[in-house]
Amino acid sequence: MSEFPLLSLVIWLPIVGGAAVAFLDRKPDQARMAALVVAAATFVFSIPLYTAFDIQTAEMQFQEFAPWIEAFSINYHLGIDGIAMPLILLTTFSTLLVVISAWEVIQERVSLYMAAFLIMEGLLVGVFSAMDAILFYVFWEGMLIPMFLIIGIWGGPRRVYATIKFFLYTFLGSVFMLVSLIYMYLQTGSFAIVDFYGLRLGLTEQVLIFIAFLLAFGVKIPMWPVHTWLPDAHVEAPTGGSVILAAILLKMGGYGFLRFSMPIAPDASSTLDWLVIGLSLIAIVYIGFVALVQQDMKKLIAYSSIAHMGFVTLGFFIAYGIVEQAGSIDAVKMGIEGGMVQMVSHGFISGALFLCVGVMYDRLHSREISAYGGVVNTMPVFASFMVLFALANSGLPGTSGFVGEFMVILSSFQANFWYAFLAATTLILGAAYTLWLVKRVIFGEVSNEGVAGLKDINGREFLVLGSLAIAVLWLGLYPKPLTDVMHVSVENLLQYVVTSKL
Amino acid sequence: MTFAIPEFAPATPEIFVVTMACLVLVLDLFMGDEERTAAYVAAQLTLVGAIVITLLTFSDSTVLTFSGTFVRDPMADVLKLAILVVTFGAFVYSRDYLRERDLLKGEFFVLALFGVLGMMIMVSARSLLTVYLGLETLSLSLYAMVAFSRDDRNATEAAMKYFVLGAIASGMLLYGMSMLYGATGSLDIGVISEAVAATPADRSLVLVFGLAFIIVGLAFKLGAVPFHMWVPDVYQGAPTPVTLYVGSAPKIAAFAMFMRLLVDGLEGLHADWQQMLIILSVLSMAIGNIVAIAQTNIKRMLAYSTIAHVGFILLGILAGTAEGYAAAMFYTLVYALTAACAFGMVILLSRAGFEADQLEDFKGLGRRSPWFAFVMLLAMFSMAGVPPTVGFYAKLSVLRAVIDVDLTWLAAVAVAFSVIGAFYYLRVVKLTYFDELLDRSELRYSSDMNWTLSVNGLLILGLGLFPGGLMALCLAVMG
Repeated sequence: MSEFPLLSLVIWLPIVGGAAVAFLDRKPDQARMAALVVAAATFVFSIPLYTAFDIQTAEMQFQEFAPWIEAFSINYHLGIDGIAMPLILLTTFSTLLVVISAWEVIQERVSLYMAAFLIMEGLLVGVFSAMDAILFYVFWEGMLIPMFLIIGIWGGPRRVYATIKFFLYTFLGSVFMLVSLIYMYLQTGSFAIVDFYGLRLGLTEQVLIFIAFLLAFGVKIPMWPVHTWLPDAHVEAPTGGSVILAAILLKMGGYGFLRFSMPIAPDASSTLDWLVIGLSLIAIVYIGFVALVQQDMKKLIAYSSIAHMGFVTLGFFIAYGIVEQAGSIDAVKMGIEGGMVQMVSHGFISGALFLCVGVMYDRLHSREISAYGGVVNTMPVFASFMVLFALANSGLPGTSGFVGEFMVILSSFQANFWYAFLAATTLILGAAYTLWLVKRVIFGEVSNEGVAGLKDINGREFLVLGSLAIAVLWLGLYPKPLTDVMHVSVENLLQYVVTSKL
Repeated sequence: MTFAIPEFAPATPEIFVVTMACLVLVLDLFMGDEERTAAYVAAQLTLVGAIVITLLTFSDSTVLTFSGTFVRDPMADVLKLAILVVTFGAFVYSRDYLRERDLLKGEFFVLALFGVLGMMIMVSARSLLTVYLGLETLSLSLYAMVAFSRDDRNATEAAMKYFVLGAIASGMLLYGMSMLYGATGSLDIGVISEAVAATPADRSLVLVFGLAFIIVGLAFKLGAVPFHMWVPDVYQGAPTPVTLYVGSAPKIAAFAMFMRLLVDGLEGLHADWQQMLIILSVLSMAIGNIVAIAQTNIKRMLAYSTIAHVGFILLGILAGTAEGYAAAMFYTLVYALTAACAFGMVILLSRAGFEADQLEDFKGLGRRSPWFAFVMLLAMFSMAGVPPTVGFYAKLSVLRAVIDVDLTWLAAVAVAFSVIGAFYYLRVVKLTYFDELLDRSELRYSSDMNWTLSVNGLLILGLGLFPGGLMALCLAVMG
């Protein structure tokens, strides 16, 4: 138990701060400033979660415990391990960037915009640090409200359709998860997630629970064929919304698979792993082709996100194939860690790409690829950033995009050659759609007057894109600090993931 | 035969309310038109007084009086407090509306107070006759209140419909009661309960027959499908304060009636009424949620939403466990609170000559008044059952209750319908926040309206963050 409630601080500071910012609705400048202070403070307070993190132990760290709803034995129980901690830092970091990037772009209802993002930040940190299933669910669902408003108020022309679709899809996925959480509570008498790990369940029960979780997390991550909300939401969301959506919200799905599906229903996961792997491979290959034909830059990146998330689920669920083949447990670990690295890396890269599109959109008010061409001539600094992130997105060695994909492909060889083969096509497809995008938008002759009049990025945009570039390169060249944090926690989790409950 | 004077003490709150209601009636007679507020103040003082008396005489155990026809137990006290508090809020919301339309008359408050009296009697009923007495006291007040705006055709039509259908339902209920009386030989709910327990399963045909009629009557009063026809018309046709009154406190009383008749009296037939309630519940959730989507009038939409919520309340009751009853009670209280908030918002937006009862009228509220848009957002998300609002815990507890009795499929059906339901609540939020402002006139409201509505909204959020206390209270009174 830690003496200082650091996790609570990181959760509630942005929520309370955000609520306070919302009251500055007549003073946009002060609202911006206050939001920046809150976001920066939250980020600073989240750093000790990394520096004081003990990588030797699989115990949950920074634990906090208080009874909350005693009638249902629901507790306010927080704690993080090496799987949750990187995602929390990603959240606080991304939110800070989003606040900065919205500085000039958002001119309407500034205070509400900032408040929504800050409140969402707190809720997201809560999702990753909750150790009680209902607490998790409250944060998980609560986060829908600010996101619903963000897309609906500041989004593009079809924003209402997109945001209601987003809400209903995720709501539909989650409610069945709630039913299975209650079911397990009635079996164990506790809502603590770790108690669910120890619960013995028959195969039928496990399969039903697994399917409920698959609906919740599969919609969120999102998997083919329930991915259709994502391109709509991304296209219509304001830049900041897209960044948080891509960088954090999708990761909640991946986190959920690791935290709930696999350890709680290991036998069902093992029985149904073909389903998840099949859907992941469809996402990687088919969605890769879909991305290739997009005319809209944001839509292209959205589809690319779905393909990349396919790697995450593939990395997690090949575990069972490897165990069946009597492959080494190290390969299992590598697959899961590869999926984790992929999530963090995708958080940086897709966030950065959406910010790049945002930079161009703010100037020309178009997301159509055909509206651009030859941007490098007028925006050389911006073009270098865009090219770097595009290369990272296609998995260039030396960038963070490479590490995760490589780890997953390597370990999927141990399960089945064809998994690895199909997964590896992403190196071609990913390169094709991303580089073709860059070619059409950035390179070539200046295509029209709009592009000719473009001004290069200012200091604020440089700061945002520069810090993401550093993160992408650092994680690509030296991923050890990230993987070190995960090792012990993943090992510990594996006990539950690959041990049969029957 | 000796004549014993019954113990009056347990009924002090009821006696106080009936005395005060008569006093308000007389008071109103001697007041001029410009002093109408006096009736309002007196009515509010009555409610406050009844709250204080109930709190002071709060009963920890079960006390019977009036030859066992009247019961005072913790459940009754908590439900009565809830009824009084909700009615207090409803009166605050009503005052300005009524004054602007020249409806601020003493009769409104007198009728409402008699309605409260009827509800309190229903809550404390321990005999079939007391149940019926309370129910009719409430219903007759409600019929008159719905028609209160005498020159309004819609209101008159709604009142007529309500009266005719309500009379049929009362008849059904009485018919069922008569069969119970015939089969058990008593009107006393306690005696009936023992008689039912002693009846072998193969000889309970008359009882089950009577039960079916009782369920019809109860379902009508609560507004469960297929006995819901009156709800949309009454909600839409009645003046908004009356809709608010009809839609909040009487639900609590109807819940109490379910508890008294089905649980206290006929728990021995649980297997039979569970089946019936499952059908009512699934139909209510389905029809309520799906038909609500097609509505353009917010009062009518909220009416269908009520029907859907009734389906959820029934889930808790049909589980047949103490946790289930507590969950249903929690749900009912939360629903009354949220419905009061939503109708309060409709009243807030309306003004003389403008009812604000179309969904369109909420367009752009987020720009007109960010704070009340937020209150409306809380009410809508609470009805949709999204945390961190209290509506989520209401759904959580009834789902828990049905899963506990191995009806997991029913829980899955319920959550699927709640997703369908989420759509029309989201549409209201969409109108308030995403759409352009149409009505640029400034919102005018009195400060007590402002405070009550704000507290009401914050309660939805506050109870959502700390639902433990209310939940523990509901569990405690269900023993």
